[in-house]
Amino acid sequence: MTTTEHGFWHIAYLGFCALVFAFLIAPILVIVPLSFNAEPYFTFTDGMLRFEADAWSLRWYRQIVEDEEWSRALVNSLVIGISATVLATALGTLAALGLSSPAMPGRRFATGLLISPMVTPVIISAAGMFFFYSNLGLAQTHIGLILAHAALGTPFVVITVTATLAGYDANLSRAAASMGAGPLRIFHRVQLPLIAPGVVSGAIFAFAASFDEVVVVLFMGGIEQRTIPRQMWSGIREEISPAILAVAVFLIVFAVLFLLTVEWLRRRNAR
Amino acid sequence: MSENPEQQIGRLKPGPRLRAALLVLPLMAFIGVTFLAPLANMLVRSVYDPVVADALPETLERLRAWDGQGLPGEAAYEALAGELLKAREDRKLGQVATRLNRVQSGLRSVLTRSARRLRNVDEGPWSGAMMNIHAAWGETGTWRALREAGERYTSRHYLNALDLQRDSGGSIVPQPEDRRIYLTLFWRTLLVSLGVTALCLLIGYPVARLIAHAPPKRAYLLLILVLVPFWTSLLVRTTSWIVLLQNQGVLNDMLVFLGIIGDDGRIAMIYNMTGTFVAMTHVLLPFMVLPLYSVMSAIPRVQTSAAESLGATPWQSFWRVYWPQTLPGVGAGSLLVFILAIGYYITPALVGGSTGQLISNMIAFHMQSSLNWSLAAALGGILLVCVAGLYVLYDRLVGIERMRLG
Amino acid sequence: MTRKTSMRRILVPGLAALVLLLGGRAAAQDQSLTLVSWGGAYTRACVNGYIERFEQETGIDVKIEDYNGGLAQIRAQVDVGNVYWDVVDMELPDMVRGCDEGLLAPIDIDEMAPGADGTPAADDLPEDGITECGPTNIYYSTVVVYNDGRIGATKPTTIADFFDLEKFPGRRGMRRSPLANLEFALMADGVPLDQVYATLDTEAGVGRAFRKLDTIKDQIVWWEAGAQPPQMLADGEVVMTTAYNGRIFNAQNLEGQPFVIVWDGQLLDTGGVVIVEGTRNLEAAKMFVRFANTARAMAGVGRYISYSPTRRSAMPLISTHAETGIDMSPHMPTSPENAARALHNDWEWWSDNGEEMNERFSTWLAR
Repeated sequence: MTTTEHGFWHIAYLGFCALVFAFLIAPILVIVPLSFNAEPYFTFTDGMLRFEADAWSLRWYRQIVEDEEWSRALVNSLVIGISATVLATALGTLAALGLSSPAMPGRRFATGLLISPMVTPVIISAAGMFFFYSNLGLAQTHIGLILAHAALGTPFVVITVTATLAGYDANLSRAAASMGAGPLRIFHRVQLPLIAPGVVSGAIFAFAASFDEVVVVLFMGGIEQRTIPRQMWSGIREEISPAILAVAVFLIVFAVLFLLTVEWLRRRNAR
Repeated sequence: MSENPEQQIGRLKPGPRLRAALLVLPLMAFIGVTFLAPLANMLVRSVYDPVVADALPETLERLRAWDGQGLPGEAAYEALAGELLKAREDRKLGQVATRLNRVQSGLRSVLTRSARRLRNVDEGPWSGAMMNIHAAWGETGTWRALREAGERYTSRHYLNALDLQRDSGGSIVPQPEDRRIYLTLFWRTLLVSLGVTALCLLIGYPVARLIAHAPPKRAYLLLILVLVPFWTSLLVRTTSWIVLLQNQGVLNDMLVFLGIIGDDGRIAMIYNMTGTFVAMTHVLLPFMVLPLYSVMSAIPRVQTSAAESLGATPWQSFWRVYWPQTLPGVGAGSLLVFILAIGYYITPALVGGSTGQLISNMIAFHMQSSLNWSLAAALGGILLVCVAGLYVLYDRLVGIERMRLG
Repeated sequence: MTRKTSMRRILVPGLAALVLLLGGRAAAQDQSLTLVSWGGAYTRACVNGYIERFEQETGIDVKIEDYNGGLAQIRAQVDVGNVYWDVVDMELPDMVRGCDEGLLAPIDIDEMAPGADGTPAADDLPEDGITECGPTNIYYSTVVVYNDGRIGATKPTTIADFFDLEKFPGRRGMRRSPLANLEFALMADGVPLDQVYATLDTEAGVGRAFRKLDTIKDQIVWWEAGAQPPQMLADGEVVMTTAYNGRIFNAQNLEGQPFVIVWDGQLLDTGGVVIVEGTRNLEAAKMFVRFANTARAMAGVGRYISYSPTRRSAMPLISTHAETGIDMSPHMPTSPENAARALHNDWEWWSDNGEEMNERFSTWLAR
């Protein structure tokens, strides 16, 4: 095989990959300039393409900042997300410690059960939760949504913490124990600092999952529990306006921050 | 398989086992109550429905003596008249009528109208009065339907979810043709999921390979490009696709501007199956790339170069040496994408129009619009069994504990 | 110790916010009412027309949630015993059916205020505008609309044109519901107005309507919320659409859109405000229904959107649009000129057959 032919295929391969990367990123990038549209349209106006100053504006950002519904949705998203994250992280970390112990009876089955909320189609979880939580009087309450989101968030914590613990050297615990440290003290002084990056990553995943969840909110949330994704949902389905694009840009910024934090933690952990 | 010493210790001493179990217990209890119990409750709902039986106990008791031929006796009419009025008073009539209507459509209005008019009837014979109000009370089928709706436990909803029903003789037959939709939808969901999985593999594999064998700095940068969509809100990504693909959207505008299509020839790329397919592929692609990447980055580069130095063409060295080693990643990624795809709801609901709907959307429809909760539960039950099967398969082939995020 | 404090920094405000929210919710319960309405321009007209005044006069805070018709969500709330909607702005067939099924709370017509001229409510309202669960308040209409800027030289003038893909190629918007669509299909298929419901009452007639819809099915873009069709028309997503006439009025006159209404074959409906059975705020809900049914409130709505009041005594109170000063009467669906070929929705037929048609429609849609 000649080098030029090889070169051709290599370039074709790179070109193909470039297209796939464009497919992944372009839809997200295209939203950013459009959110500065001065007109209530979803496409680039002639003025925007000619870079005329008055074709660009911050009106949609102003609108969402001033709109009480969006700020209420943000508060709801934060309250539900943070509470669910705290719950999921605490329970998930404990469980991960147990699951990582070789002594754990029925480990495989237990892991499978605890991860199942992540792979169960959310429509089924939401349907089941709707009936069950309604019977308990927890539908249309913040508590109900917090519990539901915590349940859906725990697998993320379990997975990330278990992954960090896989690199944990059990001899460290043993050494600490031989020096007279109790289990709690070992956890607090030895294990926790080591698994902290995994715990924080898991918490971020759990928070992001709650912060992006719409189906359970759709089924179980009332007017008082409208979250950002719920608000976007009705925005997309009903009165679509570029204000949604402005919200979307905020969420993209959030996503990038989460992503960078998790990656930073991962690399720190790997070192 | 031989156990390592630690496992042996674990087996011998109850202390560590108990401690491990105690650590897992709180989450197990939490998931049990907040997640598994709701699912179990839903499954019960798909076979158990006491509403009609509770509302019309006496009528159903009378019908037990009826042979299912002709019409039941006056006693059944009298009991029903009384219980319908009572149900109306208790505000339960709507629930009863809805359920009866599902057994035989048309009976809802028969029931509500009868209950409304029976208030003006003071005395029997009730059979005459009721047939006067609605001719349906003089038909055998109505009473059979009533008896069927009165069963507390029923497989009706599962049959219905598979486009089947019981005929008057009790044997299982297909639904009339204009009522058959679920098998088509299950089939469509399966095809779309397979298609999306295949497409993700096709475009994800080269990309994962590129990242896995790039120098670390560049690999990190490229990985970020895959992770940004992974982390970006699903609703944001769906919005993006609407912006890009709609009739007056960016892509159509571009095509018109470039003169490829005329202004009146804009292509319908969204609110149909194309929209569902494209947006789903975008959403699920990272779930394919990431497991592939983690398998590939563990494959030493020297292997393929060694094969090539031994005279293999690049294609041979790829097919014989590289590809087999990536199979675990291919399996993990494909299964994960497939599992996520068959339960997909949000994207088809927003960009699928009426032709791009999948089985999940039908579940949502019965949950929220038709309120046929038992049928929704049955459809959900079937879907849940499929997912659970795939999940077990995933565990066997890949191992759940090896699942990684991001 | 930094770890501990940072944990606390996250936990404490989160929990505090939670407690505040939950507590605040309980305290606010007594003076608030959840109204469910049609969103967009219509909700704005109601807020400007009477809801703000209701809040001022009673001190009750009205929270508004959007709704696209139907009884499903109400049935879900009543069935699981968790009612969180109090009052709903609803279409007449749903009012009747919801009342029959025990989903809505009965309210006597004598509890309603007399008309602007002192006529008792029962005489001020049309006879078929009164149900056991509440009176109706507005006439509104589902009409065919096109965008004059995009349609071309020949303009649609009849309901049949909506179904004519040869004369007017391109996509059409329709409500994702059998209501109105079946009637439009039959009228376009040549059924005389006074025969439409008699035809629909037969199996063959329903089949005929669906077959007519079949002829344009692959060109239909379905909408659910009343705010969507004007948007789709403005964006060029469709060349023609069915829509609520009031939304089009607003798009024409407030946003300057070149939309034209084809009044031929308009489907005239009525709607009213009803109370969900089992609401925790029954007294406030009754006050609201009574308030919304006053001639003054109806006229208030009519000054912001082109929906006519059902009370005879309210029409004279409306002259011009409150913001633009446009004379309202030529835009009302009930004006003699617009109503020349209007079909009145047969609420009795729809309340008896609505559920069947919904089922059939969704099966038809999914095939």
